[in-house]
Amino acid sequence: MVDVKKKAAELLSSEAVKVIIGYTEGTGGKPRAAFIQNVADVEKLIFNSQCVMNLAVYLTKAEIKKLGKPAIVAPVNVLRAIIQLAFEVQIQESDIVVLGITPDEKLVEFQSFAAIESYLEDFKMELDAKEKETLAKISGMSLEERWAYWTEELSECFKCYACRAACPMCYCHKCAVEQNKPQWIPVAAHQLGNMEWHIMRAMHLAGRCVNCDACHNACPKGINLNFLTKLMLADAQEQLGYTGPTLKEGNLLSTYNPNDQENFIK
Amino acid sequence: MSEFEPKIVAFVCNWCTYAGADLTGTSRIKYATNVKIVRFPCTGRIDFMLLLKAFGEGADGIIISGCHPNDCHYTSGNFHARRRWVMFRGLMNFMGIDTRRVQFSWVSAAEGAKWAEIVNTTVDEVRELGPYTDYKKVADYLETEVTNG
Repeated sequence: MVDVKKKAAELLSSEAVKVIIGYTEGTGGKPRAAFIQNVADVEKLIFNSQCVMNLAVYLTKAEIKKLGKPAIVAPVNVLRAIIQLAFEVQIQESDIVVLGITPDEKLVEFQSFAAIESYLEDFKMELDAKEKETLAKISGMSLEERWAYWTEELSECFKCYACRAACPMCYCHKCAVEQNKPQWIPVAAHQLGNMEWHIMRAMHLAGRCVNCDACHNACPKGINLNFLTKLMLADAQEQLGYTGPTLKEGNLLSTYNPNDQENFIK
Repeated sequence: MSEFEPKIVAFVCNWCTYAGADLTGTSRIKYATNVKIVRFPCTGRIDFMLLLKAFGEGADGIIISGCHPNDCHYTSGNFHARRRWVMFRGLMNFMGIDTRRVQFSWVSAAEGAKWAEIVNTTVDEVRELGPYTDYKKVADYLETEVTNG
């Protein structure tokens, strides 16, 4: 952390950046996001295993952009989000400074997005054994059980959209869920609205989700909604050969391969 | 009580399947009348939300059909659609929405007979499965429950 703080102080004092987006001590022992604009405050930066929020979400927010050029403290999940956002032309290389950070708090400096991409090659985006187990458990249920499981699970949702706010990929200024001509998703936090909201969220994140679990961590009800996007990830890897965010190829659903499987099409 | 007649909604593309279905008619081929056809510019233009809307409105089965690969009027709309359906089918299945009720097919403008066959087999299969009440029950609150006072 020492070298991260040193670099952050350097960047601020040389006015190379105007704000450092990082983690700091929050209430109840939980870290929160910090937007550090003075060199003296750099000491407040922290990093530990509890820093699970995806800070990349702030890169596209107008309120943060207003502060000036940011430097962002970036563990692997943030780096992935940066690559995906860069691919979607939401951020430019010249707009941000990326302060990569390893789990043991070492600074990794990046000169370009391409450097981040090659760094990420050592961290393949794959589901771990526990995640796979949960997916297999749900997939192993009968159709009726799965329907019951999800209606039950999603009945907790009261549509606060914290999952959307916490997601670095949900940056649309106008979200389809708020469209009312036509009304795609019923407004009330009723089964139908909940179900359709979560289906839409998962579909719109297919091949874009960086599997950072920020949505799940932000959910006040602790709904397993991240398993919908995890399923999309598993399916994309298995059936469409998706490997993770990249600067080179198109988004999963905005490109195609003429040889994609079609065993379900008559 | 009379036998259950499934309601089938077909989302088809303008250039191939819609023309194919037209050919079925002009060729005087008879097929099940359970199907309501909705015409789209392209399969690539069919939003996955429309399937949910159809189920919510009481459809028992859905047919999605468009141009064969490499035949798309817009070059690649059907390729994009195919990818989307690969992902969406997986998600529907995972959430317990019955994918046996959704039939995907390629029907060209020359395949009037194939269209009749697709409709007939889909109607038979869905008739076998019975009415799709799971989704409808969830969607019915719009009519049966008073929300927001």
